[in-house]
Amino acid sequence: MNKNITIQVCMGTGGIAAGGLEVLDAFESLMKEKNIPAEFKKECSMHKVGCRGLCARDVLVDVIADNRRTIYQYIKPEMVERIVDEHVVGGNPVSEWQVDEDYHKFHEKQVKVVLSDCGNIDPEDINAYMAVDGYKAVEKVFTSMTPEEVIDMMKKSGLRGRGGAGFPTGVKWEACRKAEASQKYIICNADEGDPGAFMDRAVIEGNPHAVIEGMVIGAYAIGASKGYVYIRAEYPLAVERLKKAIKDAKERGFLGKNIFGKGFDFDIKIKLGAGAFVCGEETALIASIEGQRGMPRAKPPFPVHRGLWGKPTVINNVETLANIPYIIKKGHEWFSSYGTEKSKGTKVFALTGKVKNTGLIEVPMGITLREIIYDIGGGIEGGKALKAVQTGGPSGGCITPDMLDINVDYESLAKVGSIVGSGGMIALDEDDCMVNVAKYFLQFTQSESCGKCVPCRIGTKRLLEIMDRITKGSGRQGDIELLEKLSSDIKAASLCGLGQTAPNPVLSTIKYFREEYEAHLQGKCPAKACREMLTYHIIEEFCKGCGACLRACPAGAITGEKKKPHKIAPEICIKCGACFDVCKFKAVGKE
Amino acid sequence: MEETLKSLANNFKEKEGNIISLLQETQDAFGYIPEEAVYWFSKELDIPASNFFGVATFYAQFYLKPRGKNIITACCGTACHVKGSDRIINNLKRELNLADEQNTTEDKKFTLEQVACVGACSIAPVVIINKRVYGKMSTDKMARELKVLKEGSDE
Repeated sequence: MNKNITIQVCMGTGGIAAGGLEVLDAFESLMKEKNIPAEFKKECSMHKVGCRGLCARDVLVDVIADNRRTIYQYIKPEMVERIVDEHVVGGNPVSEWQVDEDYHKFHEKQVKVVLSDCGNIDPEDINAYMAVDGYKAVEKVFTSMTPEEVIDMMKKSGLRGRGGAGFPTGVKWEACRKAEASQKYIICNADEGDPGAFMDRAVIEGNPHAVIEGMVIGAYAIGASKGYVYIRAEYPLAVERLKKAIKDAKERGFLGKNIFGKGFDFDIKIKLGAGAFVCGEETALIASIEGQRGMPRAKPPFPVHRGLWGKPTVINNVETLANIPYIIKKGHEWFSSYGTEKSKGTKVFALTGKVKNTGLIEVPMGITLREIIYDIGGGIEGGKALKAVQTGGPSGGCITPDMLDINVDYESLAKVGSIVGSGGMIALDEDDCMVNVAKYFLQFTQSESCGKCVPCRIGTKRLLEIMDRITKGSGRQGDIELLEKLSSDIKAASLCGLGQTAPNPVLSTIKYFREEYEAHLQGKCPAKACREMLTYHIIEEFCKGCGACLRACPAGAITGEKKKPHKIAPEICIKCGACFDVCKFKAVGKE
Repeated sequence: MEETLKSLANNFKEKEGNIISLLQETQDAFGYIPEEAVYWFSKELDIPASNFFGVATFYAQFYLKPRGKNIITACCGTACHVKGSDRIINNLKRELNLADEQNTTEDKKFTLEQVACVGACSIAPVVIINKRVYGKMSTDKMARELKVLKEGSDE
């Protein structure tokens, strides 16, 4: 496809939701039209790409003409004609639709390893992956390296598991290599269950072949002939692209029998997860592949010794595997030149919440949180004040604005009571109630507790009940101390990571925002976010009597004549906030 | 029904015999997992019915009751939560007349589901209507979409 004009349309889940399919269709049908000169039709190719990171600006379209890349944002199908006329044919980019400085700032401090080809190649085309040296790492490994050399390289690179625990990949592989068995397995853990995290989805949607290539290399290193990808059914697009990628890789001989004529067989099957967060835990994941309830068991024995169907099994996360081809191709020195002493390489984060630029980012380990929030994220939306950054999802904790200069790596985040986790990073502003956020995470872990251990099953339930009454204004004196006591019991007595970390959001918010808990006990939610503790009223001097709130109120609690201040009847009000949303004059107040 | 169950059971016997896969296939065929299907499998395959129910109730993806014609899935991920998914869900419940624990309307036209995270956080809040992802949802936008669906399903 050596053509001079390439048009790339972003089509990850975000891109498709914003209308990516229609935009690509519009390009394709326009380019077929008669009035486009034939020489342009010949010169021009177009294809979809995976996630570009800044999904909030979708649909993003790149036009690369004579090696000059122009990036357009917020593109709708009806805008395509002008781009074709003026830019593709006319040679003059449409300047007002191009991305602004924010877009460039968003990318400036990022370092892309895992995502280097994501958003640039067509994820459904194996040729596109091979054109950027795809499957060259497998070729190198099979033709010039022994499994021990591969493991040694991983150890030297310092790569650690990106799923959350941060265990060194090379060490895990070595343990499995040394285990003696007739059959071994490698599993790709794509059961990305943390709410607020979508790194793995984006990697699979944007570059599925890199994950497959990583798996083939891992299989070779440990001596596994069978692999599974355990992926969430909630990610239909990722599943579809992965299926196609596996089929294509098989046809080219990168999977299947006798790979590169070396007598090594390896095949990958896809297993759809059935929706259980706990299955992200290794032993629960194995139980789920075996068709049982996904409940964790005690370790040791570790899966590298006794895993799937009792055989030695390595389980690696998507991002970990996607790193591997690049390490093999570029060398361990190159990889370990990024990052800190103990945390090497880069990490992909899902930056969301109240920052201006939300999206998928990849940064070198050790970057400061301030750089992520203010340089990449562009600061907080609407000029509000940052209150906290929550990392690590339901197992993680909060970082307050005065700690923004800490380095983002495994060790530094652990020191302040949070974790890198799988990579969710959510910015909260002054409108967010920390007690409510902690309750939110607890609701999640409570409903996802598998029920095996009493401290987790019943403890999280009791924790949630206490949090619930606090956010409803009926908290009791001593509740904060009770939360702390119960939390430490749950942490100490639960078997798996879910229970051991479930109280973290509560403990971390108590530690840094104790005064918010105390305010709730006195009947006030400082952020005005806890619904049950609010009352709505109309501020007479601002109310124009337009009647918008009256029409919006589902409970019929608002009365008033046209052009005269309205009134909310507190005994009828269901506190839904519809009037607050709809009022253009800021005449609805909440206390 | 029996025909379908037979072919599913044969499938199960030929392959590695995975209960989750069998239930997933059953749900694909019927839209949910009918109780009688479980008892039929239990007898045919000589596996206690409790094993099937144990798995079916463990995973969020399985439904033991029929679902509505239109499926609305509201994402409750963290990003959606802080951007107001609660309000969208509460409004939907009210508009669809759904009681607290109920998620399918009496006339079986709508099912409202909540999922932990669909991984489209940068366009939060997200609602999936009949498999199509809608980003940056608001209560207004949702009400408009719901109106379209209601009119469509009356025909």
